[in-house]
Amino acid sequence: MSQVIEAMHGEFISFRVAGQLLGIPVQMVQEVLTAQRITRVPLAAPEVAGFLNLRGQIVTAVDLRARLDLPPRAEGESVMNVVVKDKEELFSLLVDEVGDVIEVSADIFETPPPTMDERWRQSCEGVYRLKGELLVAVNVPALLNLQRAKD
Amino acid sequence: MDDLMREFLTESAENLNLLDQAVVELERNPGSKDTLAQIFRTIHTVKGTCGFLGLSRMESVGHSAENVLGRMRDGELAVTSDAISLVLRAVDVIKDILAGLEATETEPAGDDTEIIRLLDDLAARAERGGTAAAPAAVAADANADALDAVPAAGDAKGSVAGQTLRVSVDILDRLMNMVGELVLTRNQLLQLTKTEEDTKYADPVQHMNRVTSGLQEAVMKTRMQPIGNAWGKLPRVVRDLSQASGKQIELVMHGAETELDRQILQSIQDPLVHMVRNSADHGIELPEVRHTAGKSPAGTITLNAYHEGGHIIIEIADDGAGINVAKVRAKAVERGLVSAEVAASMAEARILGFIFEPGFSTAAEVTAVSGRGVGMDVVRTNIETIGGVVDITSREGRGTTVRIKIPLTLAIISALIVGHGDQAFAIPQIGIVELVRVTDETRHLIETVHGAPVYRLRDRLLPLVRLDAVLGLSRGSDDGDLIIVVAQVGQSHFGIVVDEVFDTQEIVVKPIGRLVKDLALFAGTTILGDGRVIMILDAAAISAKARASSAGSESGTTAPGEPGGADGGAETSSLLLFKCGAEAPQAVPLSLVARLEEFPVAKIEAAAGRYLVQYRGALLPLIPAIDGIDLASVDPRPVVVFSDGRRSMGLMVDRILDIVEATVRIEMGGGRPGVLGAAIVGGQATEVIDTYFYLQQAYSDWFATETGANRRPRVLFVEDSGFFRELLAPVIQAAGYDVSTSSDGGHAIKRLERGERFDVVLSDLEMPGVDGFELATRLRAHPQWRDLPLLALTGRDTPGWRERALAAGFSDYLVKLDREAVVAAMERAVANMKGVAA
Repeated sequence: MSQVIEAMHGEFISFRVAGQLLGIPVQMVQEVLTAQRITRVPLAAPEVAGFLNLRGQIVTAVDLRARLDLPPRAEGESVMNVVVKDKEELFSLLVDEVGDVIEVSADIFETPPPTMDERWRQSCEGVYRLKGELLVAVNVPALLNLQRAKD
Repeated sequence: MDDLMREFLTESAENLNLLDQAVVELERNPGSKDTLAQIFRTIHTVKGTCGFLGLSRMESVGHSAENVLGRMRDGELAVTSDAISLVLRAVDVIKDILAGLEATETEPAGDDTEIIRLLDDLAARAERGGTAAAPAAVAADANADALDAVPAAGDAKGSVAGQTLRVSVDILDRLMNMVGELVLTRNQLLQLTKTEEDTKYADPVQHMNRVTSGLQEAVMKTRMQPIGNAWGKLPRVVRDLSQASGKQIELVMHGAETELDRQILQSIQDPLVHMVRNSADHGIELPEVRHTAGKSPAGTITLNAYHEGGHIIIEIADDGAGINVAKVRAKAVERGLVSAEVAASMAEARILGFIFEPGFSTAAEVTAVSGRGVGMDVVRTNIETIGGVVDITSREGRGTTVRIKIPLTLAIISALIVGHGDQAFAIPQIGIVELVRVTDETRHLIETVHGAPVYRLRDRLLPLVRLDAVLGLSRGSDDGDLIIVVAQVGQSHFGIVVDEVFDTQEIVVKPIGRLVKDLALFAGTTILGDGRVIMILDAAAISAKARASSAGSESGTTAPGEPGGADGGAETSSLLLFKCGAEAPQAVPLSLVARLEEFPVAKIEAAAGRYLVQYRGALLPLIPAIDGIDLASVDPRPVVVFSDGRRSMGLMVDRILDIVEATVRIEMGGGRPGVLGAAIVGGQATEVIDTYFYLQQAYSDWFATETGANRRPRVLFVEDSGFFRELLAPVIQAAGYDVSTSSDGGHAIKRLERGERFDVVLSDLEMPGVDGFELATRLRAHPQWRDLPLLALTGRDTPGWRERALAAGFSDYLVKLDREAVVAAMERAVANMKGVAA
């Protein structure tokens, strides 16, 4: 497993996409925003929802439903932006709703089960066994690597 | 790194750059006390600080160099080329140590004993007074009262320090970014106050508007640097080169004070060095060679920078050997960039363009100075990355000029905001030629040729690209007005069809996210006044994409990526492809097609084996594309209409297939009547038909009476490109002239000298050997041809050429593809001559 893991046990921001609970380390998150006006980019990959303006900075929005092969969001369903920085560039992960900050530790961590969908396995670090629910720890750089997703 | 060290590094780097220039200057002008004092001062300062910081290596080299310079200053040592070389070597060692310091913060290890020994020997020689005898004495006189320079350094510093401040580039960049944001916020506020009338915010917002503009300008200015900063290295480069090669080279610089954005300055620095090195290495000849050619032994490289319409122009010119076009042509063929046939008919300017292809070098051997891994292709890439253009002109034996045109700044550009549906896009103003509004009344001027839309713009067919189609957007409405944004990419024009045009705005260019970078259709993003993010379109990429997709789709008649196709830079033309009967598809150059029509067969009248149709109040002769056409087989009958300005005729075909880009190979004589040449379309040789042949067929009567009545005026058509010769000669002939052709000015003069008489001379400007300008000058100098009508013909409307052509003696200046204007100008010229004769 990657060295990122070491840093990953700690506080996670949790969010839901099509019912599944996902999370990323708190320190990776720049901010969380409500729905924003997004400019579609013609001919872009389906995962790229478009660009949004965050106080004068251009942010590329990536729709996690499309990215993780989940059914598209229905008209009027809620959407939130989780803004992260990767390689000096800002991205917004479009999720359905944002939940609490959750403290996790190494003893409840498991590597991704081999039966997990290939696309998911590529873009997650592992799974935390929370009480009553599983939280999938997302690997942000892998999530933003669309090239790898296509292969 | 502590502040003291950082300060020392910055200051020393600046000083040493100045030092290079000063040392070279000293060599040229050994008596200059000021220069010598300046050099001594700089070395002295550097050495002094080294001691303080405990940099022993640098201190010893500096000390020995200072000794030599001190002797020179005191007149004990002559300023010779060898001595200067030694001082420059010492400067290089100091620079190396500085570079090491910057990287590792400690003085790099190294052995300087040799350079120190050489410097000390030189200084000691002066002390002995022996070998330096005669020149030293002269220099000694000149420098007898040299100033004690060191205290002067303190004075000069004191006066400058009060007025300038060293600010880190990071801070300037951050300022620029923030001003960008401020400009956007200002735009938002302006938008808001515009929609609300009578708001109490109107006045303060207006004031803020003005202040913001002022601030923007001021901050942009802080980033501006004189281009001279990028030229600092060049005197040294040229000096080292001339030393190494035994050439005499003078470097002249004009406009060093011209300012441009530091980001741009950085991007052009390496290309500039490379081009100057090229000029010195490949351009300027050895003194003996220059002498034999009747030139002064010393060659000159001239750098010239100036503003021109919101852009900076930088010219690098040398008076050297020029580029051997034949060699470039051969090399291009050898490297498979173009076929031999096409290369033979390509204009010189296009041939020279190959120099910018990767790995293209005509130098027989790679010398020590050239071939350092930076080719002209890198030069072009660097310049194009910052939105600039570079082109090269050369005359054999006279020299080469490279001209670079770059924007003043990258951060803020002027753009046209266009709309499609609910989406807006920005198109940079720089590539836009004009806007055409298409209303319901003019909508019929948009036609499609096998799915490819074209627009009749002033009797030309303008290829159209629908923005919705190229971007895969939902198709816009077909009702209501449309706007065609006529854009120029390279030499050709095309139209982008959009639903709406809003206004022109100064926009702040933001980089495009990496996830969509690969699309290549967008030059960046920006934020509009209302906070919306929009994409900046790249006109060149859109044109390329439209071309690629039209070649990929549709009936497989064309193949993308053909050799010499749109990407190869060969002489390609747009061809209209049609089919008639069982024959293979045929083509005609799109530039010769006036219109496409369809006539109901019932309207076509047949009389005496000839066909006519009533068209626009006149009779239009129709010629079948094949013998024995079955007229009724297709109804209505597609007709390709040709016109030479006065007469029109229609070519009846079965089906119009497509418009394709292809390389045309002209067959000189010997071909089938009615066939101009062949083009490879979709891997198959396709006949390109000769419109003149058909015009002649249609108007055979007219030709007969004309020849009998009075003598047809004779035209000498001077043109190096076989393509244009074959394209235009028939048009001129059809307009009632006897045409003779020459492939260059020298040949034309020979014909005139042989006693051939012509009523008009029509000449291209760019030609190998005797070009158009020289032809005009030479003809005008001769009493017999002083009044001969002389028309200049050019493929492109280069600024300044019209003036040059008229000054050289041309009576008129015409653009090749405007055939009607060419014919009209010839008529005027001949009529004038008749008037003179009468």
